[in-house]
Amino acid sequence: MSEWIWIAMCILFVVVGPLVGCVLAGIDRKISARMQNRVGPPLLQPLYDVKKFMAKEQITPNKVQDFYVMVFLLFTIVTGAIFFAGMDLLLVIFSLTLAETFLVLAAYSSGSVYSQIGAQRELYVAMAFEPIILIMAICYYMHTGSFSVSDIVENGSMSVVPLLGVFIAFIFGLTMKLRKSPFDLSLSHHAHQDIVRGMATEFSGRTYASLEVAHWYESVMLLGMVALFFADGTWVGAVVGIVVALLAWVLEIWIDNGFARMTWQTALKSGWIVGLVLGVGNVAVLLLI
Amino acid sequence: MNDILFMMVVPFIAACLLLVTKNDKARTVIAEIAAAIIILSSIWVAYSYLGEPQTFEFHSETIDLLMFAAEVVLGLTIIYLGIKHKKYAASVLGLVQLCMSVYFEFALKEGIGVENALYIDDLSIIMVLIIGIIGSLICVYAVGYMRDFQEHHKDEKDRRPWFFFLLYTFLSAMYGIVLSNDLVWMFFFWEITTLCSFALIGYTRTEEAINNSFRQLIMNLIGGIAFLAANMVLAYQYGFLDIQSLLASDSDAQWILVAVMLLCLAGIVKSAQMPFHTWLLGAMVAPTPTSALLHSSTMVKAGVFMVLKLSPLLTGNLAGYMTMTVGGLTFLLASMAAISQSNAKRVLAYSTIANLGLIVACAGVGEPEAVWAGIMLMIFHAVTKSMMFLSVGTAEHHIGSRDIEDMDGLFVRMPKLAIVMMIGIAGMFLAPFGMLISKWAALTSFVDSEYIVLIACIVFGSAVTSFYWTKWLGKLACVVSDAGNCEETVHKQEWFALGCLGVLTIALCLLYPVVSSETIIPWLTDTFHSSGEELIPLLESNNMYIVIMMAIVLILLPLPFFGRTKKRVVPNYMAGVGIDDQSYVGSMGATVNVTLRNWYMNAWFGEDRIRKIGEAVTAVVIVALIVAAVAGVSI
Repeated sequence: MSEWIWIAMCILFVVVGPLVGCVLAGIDRKISARMQNRVGPPLLQPLYDVKKFMAKEQITPNKVQDFYVMVFLLFTIVTGAIFFAGMDLLLVIFSLTLAETFLVLAAYSSGSVYSQIGAQRELYVAMAFEPIILIMAICYYMHTGSFSVSDIVENGSMSVVPLLGVFIAFIFGLTMKLRKSPFDLSLSHHAHQDIVRGMATEFSGRTYASLEVAHWYESVMLLGMVALFFADGTWVGAVVGIVVALLAWVLEIWIDNGFARMTWQTALKSGWIVGLVLGVGNVAVLLLI
Repeated sequence: MNDILFMMVVPFIAACLLLVTKNDKARTVIAEIAAAIIILSSIWVAYSYLGEPQTFEFHSETIDLLMFAAEVVLGLTIIYLGIKHKKYAASVLGLVQLCMSVYFEFALKEGIGVENALYIDDLSIIMVLIIGIIGSLICVYAVGYMRDFQEHHKDEKDRRPWFFFLLYTFLSAMYGIVLSNDLVWMFFFWEITTLCSFALIGYTRTEEAINNSFRQLIMNLIGGIAFLAANMVLAYQYGFLDIQSLLASDSDAQWILVAVMLLCLAGIVKSAQMPFHTWLLGAMVAPTPTSALLHSSTMVKAGVFMVLKLSPLLTGNLAGYMTMTVGGLTFLLASMAAISQSNAKRVLAYSTIANLGLIVACAGVGEPEAVWAGIMLMIFHAVTKSMMFLSVGTAEHHIGSRDIEDMDGLFVRMPKLAIVMMIGIAGMFLAPFGMLISKWAALTSFVDSEYIVLIACIVFGSAVTSFYWTKWLGKLACVVSDAGNCEETVHKQEWFALGCLGVLTIALCLLYPVVSSETIIPWLTDTFHSSGEELIPLLESNNMYIVIMMAIVLILLPLPFFGRTKKRVVPNYMAGVGIDDQSYVGSMGATVNVTLRNWYMNAWFGEDRIRKIGEAVTAVVIVALIVAAVAGVSI
């Protein structure tokens, strides 16, 4: 594949990514509503919400919080752009960590106990998730000899076969990363949880809108990572990848509605056990073959 | 060669002068002039010998004899002190070492002369710069610090001459370790650093200080015995006693392997790896932060220097597996233990142990890429960690606590210091800064080493590392609206030291490709006999993007300091009638205060639990592998 396609993908992500993410969020709400025997909002409701947030009165708990949230949005976009430009997977992971750190700092900076509890929970969910995504990168490297997304795609075969363990682990971790129940500890959209908006308690107006937009970008990038397991440089791989990614999205919605929130201990324990058994197990398999 | 000898001797001369100086003003002048000379001479030596590794013909029976005499005297002192303080383990180990020394001197060393006792190469130059610049900056800082310390402890005898004698002697000994080609000399300097540190930790002579100093002594005596045993093996089996010959020999030979493992064990003890990590923790609670700093940024580097030096002999053999396993497990477990700590100094101590673990593991891989990462980590760690220690020290003076929980809203109370600390923390783990580049290289080379335990350790360890640093960072960033600024009273000297280190950190982040290509790459090319071209890809391509990101974040991080907002600033939501950010009106009309603490997860990552697991596993690995090597097992 030529460089131009990667540049086009990157631009496409930055421009069209949020729209796709918005529609995905709309689908999420629609399916969730149907699962709960409701009609649900229009498909583009997330967009209307964001428009409304933009028009709200501009208030903030302090002078620095909005800045951190803006940096979070910026680095979320950068992370996705790096990924879709076919660059280094480790760079993607580190940039993702950086973005997340700024979100956590924003929540801490508000001084609100609710946001701070959310921030702390976000940190340990991240601690549960990080080994999985790092091992994913390592397994790609062991399988294809490169960390670069473009090399992985051009490798010529679907990586999912030798990386099956990591694939399952990643789908498991996706629940954490997308902040879906049972692992929506830091930030939730279910009104029945102990702390609902956690980290976002003190975000409002435009700041809150930028958090939503960042989530749209993040969702598209994470689904892109799911599709990467199936990418083999052909159209077939691309189509299969996109279909599986969408199925994964539906699966996450189902899990989200089907499970109650679990404790942080369960999150950490299950994340690490999955990482250790499926992730490191996959590394062992790759070492043997 | 004379300039090198000059550099090595200056600190010791200064030490002797300081030992007889009772006047505080005179002491300040001597200490500062000596520090200036040490810094300048180390830079001069680095400038003259960079890229020109060489050995120096230097041999003197008199010096050998003096060293032996000093060893005997020090050995007897150890035995005496052990008996005096009822620490019989120290006496026994001291006696064992003394007997070994005497036997070695008279039975084994006969006829083995090392003609070239001194050498210098690019790795030594890096160490010389770390010791010279950071070490002497600490010594200067200590002059002011000890003045305050003495005023706080007026009822105690002023033993400052002794303190400064130890500090400067320590610098000389460190130079000796990194520049000696003769293993006997190196061992001598190695023991001197152990004893200086013993005396520094026990300086206040409180019960806690004495206990901790003996723990340090006992553990490092074990390391010293391992070092001496390695020398005996080399002398008896092969008849040479210099590093150059050792590095030139074949690590498949059974007794070379054993000697290398024993030397690595000495390095593992010195760099506070599990199961010996508790001595560094003990040095931290010792009441003099200056010595704590000296230990974590300078002394432990002697240990990793030893392992890095031997790295070409560690590729894929038992010695390599020993260092990789110990380093990797230490990285993982020490990072976990750091989570459970709220004392900033202990967090720093554990993170030091963890970082050194990473470096030791890199050396254990024994491939040029991994060793590159190890050396880079060592440089960044020396600078960033000393900056962190100084900031915590300054914060402690002004907020009256070194507990991270009390650093709530430091961003408002001490904005400039908080920024320095944030740069330091970001440098320790975040994406844009130097530590990460090296960690990245470490990850790649660990995967190439195909050693699965190590891969698991770095993957889980780095997740844990992010956790404990970010929760600290969050505490700093927290904005407490009613806090006043208490930064006005920070001394100029403290700002100077912090500023220097801050600038150095940023400069290293931006200039690391130069550091790498000028010092590390040539050394690796020489040492591993590989062509430098294989290593260049590490520096090119994607890593350049990180440098760009670095620059961006460097500009972004301090920006909130100048935060302006057009928005209306409102109090926090309190799920009730809020009074201010920290309290609300409860249901019965009473004011309820709100506080929140960080997570420590003691049930999971409690210190004792981690220590027991770590000590047991690593001790078994070390003993089993050394026994296997002695028995002649090879892989």
